[in-house]
Amino acid sequence: MRSAARDALVAPVIFPHEAGCMRALADFTIEPGQGADGGVLHFSGPMVVSSLGLVDRRLRKLSDPVAQIDVRDVERMDTVGAWTVWRLSQQLGAEIVNCRDEAERLIKAISETDTNNESIRAPRLPLIKRVPDEVGTLVIALAVGFLQVVGFLGQAISAAGMILRHPRRFRGLALVHQMELVGVNALGIVGLMSFLVGVVIAQQGAVQLQQFGAEIYTINLVGRLTLRELGILMTAIMVAGRSGSAFAAQLGTMKLTEEVDAMRTIGVSPTEALVLPRIIATMIMLPLLGIYSSVLGIIGGAFLGAVSLGIPFLTFLARIQEVVPIHDVWVGLVKGPVFGLIVALAGCYQGMQVKTNAEEVGTRTTSAVVLAIFTVIVLDAFFAVFFTKIGWG
Amino acid sequence: MDQAQAHLADIPDEFEGDYPIRVRGLVNRFDEHTIHDGLDLDVKRGEIIGVVGGSGTGKSVLMRSIIGLQIPQEGSIEVLGRSITDARDDEDIDIRSQWGVLFQGGALFSTLTVAENVEVPLREFYPEISDDLRHEIARYKVLLSGLPANATSKYPSELSGGMKKRAGLARALALDPELLFLDEPTAGLDPIGAAAFDNLIRSLQETLGLTVFLITHDLDTLYEICDRVAVLADKKVIAVGTIPELLALDHPWIQEYFNGPRGRAAKDAQDREAASVVQPDQKTATSPMEQE
Repeated sequence: MRSAARDALVAPVIFPHEAGCMRALADFTIEPGQGADGGVLHFSGPMVVSSLGLVDRRLRKLSDPVAQIDVRDVERMDTVGAWTVWRLSQQLGAEIVNCRDEAERLIKAISETDTNNESIRAPRLPLIKRVPDEVGTLVIALAVGFLQVVGFLGQAISAAGMILRHPRRFRGLALVHQMELVGVNALGIVGLMSFLVGVVIAQQGAVQLQQFGAEIYTINLVGRLTLRELGILMTAIMVAGRSGSAFAAQLGTMKLTEEVDAMRTIGVSPTEALVLPRIIATMIMLPLLGIYSSVLGIIGGAFLGAVSLGIPFLTFLARIQEVVPIHDVWVGLVKGPVFGLIVALAGCYQGMQVKTNAEEVGTRTTSAVVLAIFTVIVLDAFFAVFFTKIGWG
Repeated sequence: MDQAQAHLADIPDEFEGDYPIRVRGLVNRFDEHTIHDGLDLDVKRGEIIGVVGGSGTGKSVLMRSIIGLQIPQEGSIEVLGRSITDARDDEDIDIRSQWGVLFQGGALFSTLTVAENVEVPLREFYPEISDDLRHEIARYKVLLSGLPANATSKYPSELSGGMKKRAGLARALALDPELLFLDEPTAGLDPIGAAAFDNLIRSLQETLGLTVFLITHDLDTLYEICDRVAVLADKKVIAVGTIPELLALDHPWIQEYFNGPRGRAAKDAQDREAASVVQPDQKTATSPMEQE
């Protein structure tokens, strides 16, 4: 798994050349021995984590015969110093001499840990195997993921059925709270966005239609487009970004802190208490927000009409009533709950799938939003074809 | 080299004075809620100081203040001769390479293996260390902190609670710090694991000459390894001393804490152990079982 958090922590730090000069460094000299006997290696200076980095590189290349390692002149020693001395004595087959008590104790403690040959990385396949392995995992995950989403939807539906049979278990307060978060709190941003999009459609439409002297059809354009398509589509995208992501992150964090497990053990079904209120709230609020968005879009168009096309504001609104067939409103309203279901389902499902770590909360939240928006747009295309075929063109 | 040694900018060789941690007149307030009000505390070099107090008395807040994570409203904190409270931002606290912190839950980086966790501070402070040496350091620190060798390449999510604590300790010890901060190291461990962890901390402290600031609720830990105990109550440190010294005080909370059923049990355990270690002959001689 590639991971940004991981890369940030294990990326190589640029080696500052001055780093070695800022502090006291350890050093060594080799006194050559006579004949077949090895020489004596004298360490000097502090042998601590901050002083050994550069010396260690030289020590590893050492090939002179050394029989003794003398640490008499070492000022201070920490475990890294002790490790360096111990490792060197093993590498060269040398004896450590003139050790002070503390140093000896450290070296003894360290020598007992010299049995760890474990790789510091998690086991990883070679590239040639890893690529098919990851592709295979991805394909399986896709298939399993699809089945799991269906299963998750089934769970939510059966929980809804349970609530219909035992209405007292229904969590009204949670539902209202979610409706506020999903719907009421989104009014500002959805309204502003829709108003501006209405203005842009009217303005761009008018430029094109003017070429045929048909500016008056700007009203048809704005009215039908916002009510049928844009109002609900843009709202769904905004809600996926605002609430779908929030669902995934909330539930994911609750999974990590074992809150979901705690609920289960107390006998509270997480599907009933967490998932269902969110799904129902989104399914109720999305059509309402969609209508609201369409209305603001029309107001935006009317505003532009009044300002730059010379169509009076109220005339624009009155004309909307004449040119927009009522089934356009139904088209928008029918799509609302479906899109709401998709957005909430994607968010809750991804949130409940979090298992391992904080990074997964992030990736799950991203996939919740991306999947929700993608599915919404694909479905919208199907709806467009479907409604035209049944004569609601 | 002499010139280079003249300005050891980042690492003071020897700290002059006996108190690596000095806290004076600390005031911490969250909104209207005052946690500390004029708290003083000195920690001696080379000791293990235990910090106790009821829940919500601000033990963790005190630790967070000392390591610069929590900015107090008033008061001064000096660590290894550097003022923490005068630091304008994080960059100013340049003694981080000389302390290690073990957080309550371990706070391991979840996307890295245990060994890679240990390597993070090494990479950060000493980039000149070669990969080989850094890997070796990570490996022996893992064993030193009492983990099995095969934990080296595991991710934190694959470890048990006690192993996470040990891995957190390995990371806290990565730079061979002089100061070790431990926030409830034995909480949530089984009694055997907790006792082993106590021994580990004591032996590391003795071998490496650490100064340890230890927050705990564990009375056994207090009796076993703490040189002195600081008691937090009434928004202050009301007393610091060895346990016998504290027991001589007439403060209701201290009396209840150490003389409650758990306090007595821990004391008895300590006494038994002291008797069996210090005077084995005398014990066998006077044991009623033996006389019969």
